[in-house]
Amino acid sequence: MTDISLDTLTTSAARPRRDIGIKKRYAAERRFRLYGVLAIAVGLAFLGVMLTSIISKGYTAFWQTTVTLAINFDEKVIDPSNKRATDPNVLITANYPKLAEAALIEKLGIDPNDKAEVRKLKGFLSDSSRVQLRAIVAADPSVIGTTRNVDILAAANMDSAFKGQIDLEVPESRRKVSDQQVEWMNKLKAEGVMAEHFNTGLFSYGASSRPETSGVGVALIGSFYMMVIVLLLALPIGVAASIYLEEFAKKSRFTDLIEVNINNLAAVPSIVFGLLGLAVFINFLGLPRSASFVGGLVLTLMTLPTIIIATRAALAAVPPSIRSAALGLGASKMQMVFQHILPLAAPGILTGTIIGLARALGETAPLLLIGMVAFVADYPKTPFDPATALPVQIYMWANEAERAFVERMSGAIIILLIFLMAMNIVAIVLRRRFERRW
Amino acid sequence: MKKALLTASAAAFAIAASAGYASARDQIQVAGSSTVLPYAKIVAEQFGETFTNFKTPVIESGGSSAGLKEFCKGVGENTVDIANSSRKIKDSEVKSCAEAGVKDVQEVQFGYDGIVFATDVKGPDWALTPEDVYKALAAKIAVDGKLVDNPNTKWNQVNPNLPDWDIAAYIPGEKHGTREVFEEKLLIAGCHSLGGVEAGKASGLDDKASESACKAVRKDGKAVDIDGDYSETLARIDSNKTGVGVFGLAFYENNADKLKVATVGGITPSVETIAKGEYPVSRPLYFYVKKAHLGVVPGLKEYVEFFLDDQMVGPEGPLAEYGLVPAPDAERAAQRDAFGTGKTM
Repeated sequence: MTDISLDTLTTSAARPRRDIGIKKRYAAERRFRLYGVLAIAVGLAFLGVMLTSIISKGYTAFWQTTVTLAINFDEKVIDPSNKRATDPNVLITANYPKLAEAALIEKLGIDPNDKAEVRKLKGFLSDSSRVQLRAIVAADPSVIGTTRNVDILAAANMDSAFKGQIDLEVPESRRKVSDQQVEWMNKLKAEGVMAEHFNTGLFSYGASSRPETSGVGVALIGSFYMMVIVLLLALPIGVAASIYLEEFAKKSRFTDLIEVNINNLAAVPSIVFGLLGLAVFINFLGLPRSASFVGGLVLTLMTLPTIIIATRAALAAVPPSIRSAALGLGASKMQMVFQHILPLAAPGILTGTIIGLARALGETAPLLLIGMVAFVADYPKTPFDPATALPVQIYMWANEAERAFVERMSGAIIILLIFLMAMNIVAIVLRRRFERRW
Repeated sequence: MKKALLTASAAAFAIAASAGYASARDQIQVAGSSTVLPYAKIVAEQFGETFTNFKTPVIESGGSSAGLKEFCKGVGENTVDIANSSRKIKDSEVKSCAEAGVKDVQEVQFGYDGIVFATDVKGPDWALTPEDVYKALAAKIAVDGKLVDNPNTKWNQVNPNLPDWDIAAYIPGEKHGTREVFEEKLLIAGCHSLGGVEAGKASGLDDKASESACKAVRKDGKAVDIDGDYSETLARIDSNKTGVGVFGLAFYENNADKLKVATVGGITPSVETIAKGEYPVSRPLYFYVKKAHLGVVPGLKEYVEFFLDDQMVGPEGPLAEYGLVPAPDAERAAQRDAFGTGKTM
């Protein structure tokens, strides 16, 4: 018997283990993990490439080259016939760029009578000196006849050359800045007269055909108006709709149908909302074209399904025990919803709203059809004035031929990304701080 | 908080309904061609700076057809005042305009735009003819009086003087007005001189069908339609150094440090050769003004007059500097007169 047991023991120890594929399964898991890591790595690599390319192209947009010149507000140029007391138009139509040119001629020590040399100065300073100097004179007419130091913007091509974005190796005839201009530029640079400053104009100017005076000012205001309108309309309507659907409406075919439709609407391409906006708000209701009010309405329609879906999910996540407790203590259904359910669901609702807003902030397609993809130079005073939006400005600059717009486009992308990131971070913080888990 | 939000949105609605949108529009609205956009922008900006009592016009960009469609929506405050177009208005569009009540339209032709072929700046010199373009890019070409599928794969098969490069051309997509000029001035011209039309007729096509066979571009990937703008074409040339792109003259001139332009029929494209009519591939640029809006929208008349002033469209003006080919002196004067006298189409 002992023999037998020994025998069985030895045989059982020696018997090969049943193959349950453990090695294969471990290998499969390792492979799966590897795929996961690879997927993340590829994603991060693409993000890295995108961010590097945008930032490397765009950071220079935040600096702008200016030339500090002692401008002599010469009465002979501004008001040669001395009529400004009777005819205020003289101060508007005066040849202000001539003042800047004269100051530059003096600074560079060129003979003002040497027409050929003077002609080479063309395209060195920005034509925006007209508006800039006119504003100085308009603010204080007594400046006429005196000399004052003014920072004049360099023209876009000189700005690009100053930043080293123009390849000076190519033959002179093939580039936008001449050798003479580069020489002058280096001279002024050495004297510290020509230098880069932080480009506040990028945030304050509207659209312009001159790269050096174009900025996202109008676009920022347009985007701001639209976000306010979306928030004021989409949040109350969306929350009201979802509370009714989630808490009050009886489950029926009809509510199912609505639910399916809302989910479908969330997936509708945004350009369709633009078509709807054109047909309803502009052609039927007669609202103005290119206005941020109409843009806000269109984006509201686009954001509503997102907010409704997020709100319904947040409401559904509040446990039934809270509802039962409130009702058990004698609260009405209305009190239960507004005093107990809604506050608990608020973080989820706000997160959904912010993500919906962030999506609306980045939209261009629906704005194309309602005329907001446009050149707008003047600031909109009300939401009914023509305006653009941040992504629209990026799109418009991407279509420009001048080199200097490339950096501005990337600069505007950086601004937009910062806004989107800030909004998403707020959403995450809200969720982290206030979300309750049951 | 909810209550505050509700009140606020109710207030927003109330403002919307009452105060905001009652006043008349005081800003010119322009829509249309993206080719005309840069010129219109320069004029609009300087208009705003010169006439401080008027606002700077708003200029939408969405293409000639889309602009003319908006233009023909009707007369009134929420319709555009001017449509920019890189082609002449079509009869069908004039008709749909008239049906919507836009009866008096003033046509303004303000200059010309050249269309150029360009390659990477480090490549060899290129000399093209319309025949070369036809032989390289048409879907079917005439060989011995018969239409056959285009057999050419390299440029030097088309013309021994061209480099030994695989054919890769980036041409404007069909939604661009530029495409029409490309088809008409190059493909159809080349087709005619190489007997493609006769070959088409010999294969049993009628006049119209053989003409449209001429302008059919090959679909085997050697000719790539670019539906975006010229910066996309430039990016394609950047990544494929042996590619050939089609650009507007203004775009080329702004990027001459990256591109080398090809001659067509022995003529180098430039503002001068196009103005003289020597360079074959050019087209007139237009804008259309709604006469019913003149005198209603403040500044509209002044804007058009400012646009047509020699300070703007003349040979020394900022538009020519950007790349517009100015019209001859007599033509510019005629356009000014026509607008001044209120001549409609």
